[in-house]
Amino acid sequence: MLPGRVLAGCVVIASSMISVPAHAEMIQVTIDGLIFSPAEITAKIGDTVVWRNKDIVAHTATARGGFNVMIEPDKSASLVLTKMGSVDYYCRFHPNMLGRIIVAPD
Amino acid sequence: MLVRLSTAIAATCLLSGVALAQGAAKPTDPQIAHIAYTAGQLDIEAAKNAISKSTNKDVRAFAEDMVRDHEAVNKQALELVAKLKVTPEDNDTSRALTKQAADKRVELSTLNGADFDKAYVANEVAYHKTVNGALATTLIPSASNPELKSLLQTGLKIFQGHEQHAETVAATLK
Repeated sequence: MLPGRVLAGCVVIASSMISVPAHAEMIQVTIDGLIFSPAEITAKIGDTVVWRNKDIVAHTATARGGFNVMIEPDKSASLVLTKMGSVDYYCRFHPNMLGRIIVAPD
Repeated sequence: MLVRLSTAIAATCLLSGVALAQGAAKPTDPQIAHIAYTAGQLDIEAAKNAISKSTNKDVRAFAEDMVRDHEAVNKQALELVAKLKVTPEDNDTSRALTKQAADKRVELSTLNGADFDKAYVANEVAYHKTVNGALATTLIPSASNPELKSLLQTGLKIFQGHEQHAETVAATLK
């Protein structure tokens, strides 16, 4: 009984530590015909960007000196935004694909 | 630089020469499908050769991207021609592309190491430039089936990406 209660307490602490702000959002970016749409998104720290790749080839969302997210054809991939500022990103395989994320403070 | 430029010019002349040889006649959908598929297969073969020969990380990664993308596009092309019941038809442009690729393969077989890497990537820039030019000015405008046209248009965007990617890799090899 006692160990169970201690464990439950630990779980509560752990989950409160990793919780994101209640208003954290999922922002969808669709890739279709080698275009990130919308090309520019505005987000807050803690928000998640979800890229959905509708193309027949794999893409990446890559920021120079920053994130590098692989997005397989017909799949989705996501990234939690942790840094404030404006970031330009591109696809490493097709550098003609460009996008931008503007992260405002939480 | 001079060598690279002359290669690009030679490649462009070859394809436009072929276009002239065919006269004013627009390529038909079965011919367009054959040209697009052949162009992809030739690039896959060149990439596989580079993967077996090169030890440069960026060159190998680029070549692997070429294999993956062109296989994906050609798989789609085969599915489409099957659906449309179109039989791709061999033609002068496909034959010229094949001949040009065979000549390039011989040339590359004499090179090794950094010389091979530079020549392979320079040819990838020139090759994609030539094929993209042909897609934009001849193949896409001539395609009559809307699904074929749409696949070619997507293909063009993918291959324009390859051209830029190849230019980026070429810049690291200087």
